[in-house]
Parts: sequence; structure tokens; C-alpha cells
Amino acid sequence: MFLKRKISKKIKEGAVEWLLLFSALSSIFITLGIVFILFYEALSFFKDVSLWEFLTGRQWTPLFAQPKFGILPLVTGTLLVTGIAVLVSLPIGLIVAVYLSEYAPFKVKEVAKPFLELLAAVPTVVYGYFALLFLTPILQKWIPHLSGFNALSPGIVMGIMIIPYVSSVSEDSMKAVPMHIREGSYAMGATKFQTAFKVIIPAAFSGIAAAFIIGISRAIGETMVVAIAAGMMPNLTLNPIEPVQTLTAYIVGVSLGDVPHGTTEYKTIFAAGMTLFLMTLFLNILGFWFRKRIREVY
Amino acid sequence: MVTQISEGLKAEVKDLNFYYTHHQALKNIHLQIAEKKITALIGPSGCGKTTYLRCFNRMHDLYPGNRYEGEIILFPDQLNIISPKIDPIEVRMRISMVFQKPNPFPKTVFENVAYGLRVRGESRRSLVEDKVEKALKQAALWEEVKDRVQDLAFNLSGGQQQRLCIARALATDPEILLFDEPTSALDPTATSKIEELIMQLKKEVTIIIVTHNMQQAARVSDYTAFMYLGEIIEFDKTDKVFTHPSKKLTEDYITGRFG
Repeated sequence: MFLKRKISKKIKEGAVEWLLLFSALSSIFITLGIVFILFYEALSFFKDVSLWEFLTGRQWTPLFAQPKFGILPLVTGTLLVTGIAVLVSLPIGLIVAVYLSEYAPFKVKEVAKPFLELLAAVPTVVYGYFALLFLTPILQKWIPHLSGFNALSPGIVMGIMIIPYVSSVSEDSMKAVPMHIREGSYAMGATKFQTAFKVIIPAAFSGIAAAFIIGISRAIGETMVVAIAAGMMPNLTLNPIEPVQTLTAYIVGVSLGDVPHGTTEYKTIFAAGMTLFLMTLFLNILGFWFRKRIREVY
Repeated sequence: MVTQISEGLKAEVKDLNFYYTHHQALKNIHLQIAEKKITALIGPSGCGKTTYLRCFNRMHDLYPGNRYEGEIILFPDQLNIISPKIDPIEVRMRISMVFQKPNPFPKTVFENVAYGLRVRGESRRSLVEDKVEKALKQAALWEEVKDRVQDLAFNLSGGQQQRLCIARALATDPEILLFDEPTSALDPTATSKIEELIMQLKKEVTIIIVTHNMQQAARVSDYTAFMYLGEIIEFDKTDKVFTHPSKKLTEDYITGRFG
């Protein structure tokens, strides 16, 4: 009787363990599956189009009668919008983090942080229309040649969208700087400003760098804002007032269209997707490496 | 009554009370700090000695809800350094501190020592270099680090890091140097080096040291104050306190009966 109960308990325990293991592994398998499909389809794309053309071609017109498969316009479009977003989000995100970590009284922090998180909770499609219908018309008053679709407006809006990602991770790493380091600086007669910029930011450097990288890869991968407000024109330019197309926006555009399955046009989705994947993978590895260094200093 | 000292004074504490919000941590403290001498603060954990030390450079101003009452008069200009009218930064410019745990900044050895000068806006390169070298020599660290002043300070050993923090505090020529249990995180060899250094330094600067190592207080200090529950129980010349304490409580503490 007693032995029986013990055995059934053992079976139950084992079953639970397997279930947990399976759940944990499933996310790994799904990730690997995605990567596999991406590379498999991209590889078959490169049977139709040479890698050389893909990497050096200056035009991306896969749906034209005489298609051109140069990825560069999409890459520059992505980098341009990301660059603008980064110029907005990194400085503001860092300043917000310094304020929250070093200056803000407890009560201000309690109110400000949920609002900041709200910024991250707004659906991206709302940001897209905000860029297209609100910010672009305003910018057009200042910049007369700004086209209705352009890189500038979604870039700025995307930057605002990313601020909370940058600020919260930066703030965490600044707060992780031990109090006795801070006191050491104050004891030397330093002001708050000097302490924040000469001691806390260098001490939290690896965390801040990780925050920046998270922000950048978020910008590269962002789809909705650019699909709505940047225009759908693969345009090899670094001029922010012209319409551009990013890798993500291209993928959405083609996926929503009626490109027949299995054609070269169809496979371009995977080639563009793989390019995007490699870009964000590189950044994530960089970010992982920085985050690993956070704790090493103290 | 607390003993009056006959030598030149660097500071005089009068009727000091200190509150962490509602909790009174220091009660009616009177004390005289002799110039270019070492004053040790001893007492069991939680007696308020570190709290007291941190009044001298207004460290408590960093946290909300802390309140001082009374006076700490700094000589020769008779400035009440805990007056709310006095900017804490002005006080910290004159009174430096070395902490319990070595706390170098994530910078090079050189920039750590130069920090106080940089904060004061000093940018003349040769002057900064001279001061850094002088401070490192005063802190008995120069010989060990002169070839790697551009290395990160974290690469130094614990004892070296603490001497670096002493050099950092000395570089700005403070009038008083505060030590908050400076050897509690160090091994015996590093400890004796620091003690030796502290005794050397009193030629140039007034020193107040908190320690719960009574042998250390006896070895290095000229005056000793014994604190208990936020009050000063006994204050006198160190050899007097350790050989003929006038209070039973002091005697019990230094003979190890409690604390």
C-alpha cells in the first residue's frame, strides 16, 4: 500500500518534470525552426539570384517585369530610419535614466515611471498614424520639400517609442552602481551633475551600452510605423526627407500582396528576412556581451 | 562632563543632536577635535560613531529626512558646518573622507586621484600631475603604481585600492580627513600599512577615525571618544582612556565585557 503510493508519486513527479522540460525546449525548437526555414528558403532564393547581385545591386524591384534584386536600398532605408530613431531615443533615454536614477525624488519617480511604461504599451500602429497624420504635416511647415511619406517623421516617432526601452535598462544599471561609489564622489565635493556624468555613467557603462543596443535592434526590427509613414519606395538614399522602404516594410508589403507561392519574388521575403535577422542577431550578441560585463566590475 | 583639551583646536562640537527622520541617533554631543592630532571614535556597533563621523562632511544631506541640531564649529574661521545655510559641497571641499570599503571610481589610477581637482575645475595639466604624484607619495602608494598610473584602479589589490582612496582624499589638501573603519575590509598586512600611514599623515592633517578595533584606536590615536547609544560616555587622551578609564561602562567595553 505504502510502496504503491510511493511509486505513483514518483511517476507523477517524473511526468511533471518531462512536461516542464518539454515546455522549455519547445521555445528553443520553435526558434531553431524559424531560423531553419529562413535559411532554407533564402538559400533557394540564391539559386535564382546571385549573392553578388543581391549584395551590390543598387535597385530593388523584384515585382517589375525586369526585376532587380539589390538589397542595398532596403538596407539603407532601414539604417536611415534607425539612425534617426537612435538620434532621438539614445540621448533622451539616457537623460531620462539619469534623472530617474540620480535626481528624481521618490514621489516623482512613482508617477513618471508608469507613464514612461505607457509609452511602450501604445500599439505601434497608433505610432504609425501619429507619424503620418500628425507629425509629417507639422514637419512640412518647417521643411517645405518634405514628401508626405518620408524617413524623418517615422524615424522621430520611432525614437520616441523606444525611449522607455533605453531609459529603463539604463536606469537599472545606474541604480545597480553601489551607493558607496556614489558617496565617494560626493565626499570629494562633487555636485550631483558631476557625480552622474563623471562617475555613475562610466560605472554603468556596460549596462547603458546594452540598453542602447536593445533600443537599436528594436528600431531595426520595427515594422508598423515605417510601413505606414515611410512610404513603400525602395530608394537608395540617405536623405531623410525622401520616402524610403525598410526591410521590414518590404516584407509586410509583399506578404500582403498576391505574389504566387514558390516564385523568386516570393522568396525575396526570406532573403530580406534573413538580412534583417543577421543584423539584429549581431546586435543582440553585442548586447549580450555588454550585459555580461555589468556585474564584473564590482 | 567631557574633558576639555588644551591644545589648538580644529573643530568643536557643541550640543549636537542628529535625527534619522524620527529616530534620534546622536544625543547632546560635545567634543573637541585637536588640530593635527588623531581622534578615535570607538564603541559597540550601532552606537552612532559612523553617524557622528558622517556629520562632519554632511554625508547625511544625501538622504531625505535627516536632521541636524546644534553646532560643529570649524576653526580658524568659526564656520558652523552643519548650519543649513552652509552648502554641503563647501564643507566637503574642506573635509575629505575615506570609507569602510575601498571605493575607487571606474577610472584609471591617475584619474581617481585627480578626481577632486577635476571636480574643482582644475585643468592645468602640470599642476594636476604634481598634485597626483604628491598625493600618491603621501599615501605610500607611489612606488607601487608609478609605472601603471594609467591602469584601471580596479586592477589594484584591496589594500592598494584603500591607499588610492586615501590619496584621492589627500589630493585636494583637506583640513580634516575622516576615516570610517578604513581597515575593516583588509588583511592584517594591508591594515598595518594603513595604520602606519595614518600616523604619518597627522603631521599634515587633522584626523578623525572610527574603528571598532580597540587595539587600532590605542595604537594610532591621540584622543579617544567612547560612544554608547548615541552619546559620548568618555573622552580623553587615548592612553588615559585605555589605562585609567573614569567610567565603568568604558572599562567594561575596553576589557571586552560587552560590545
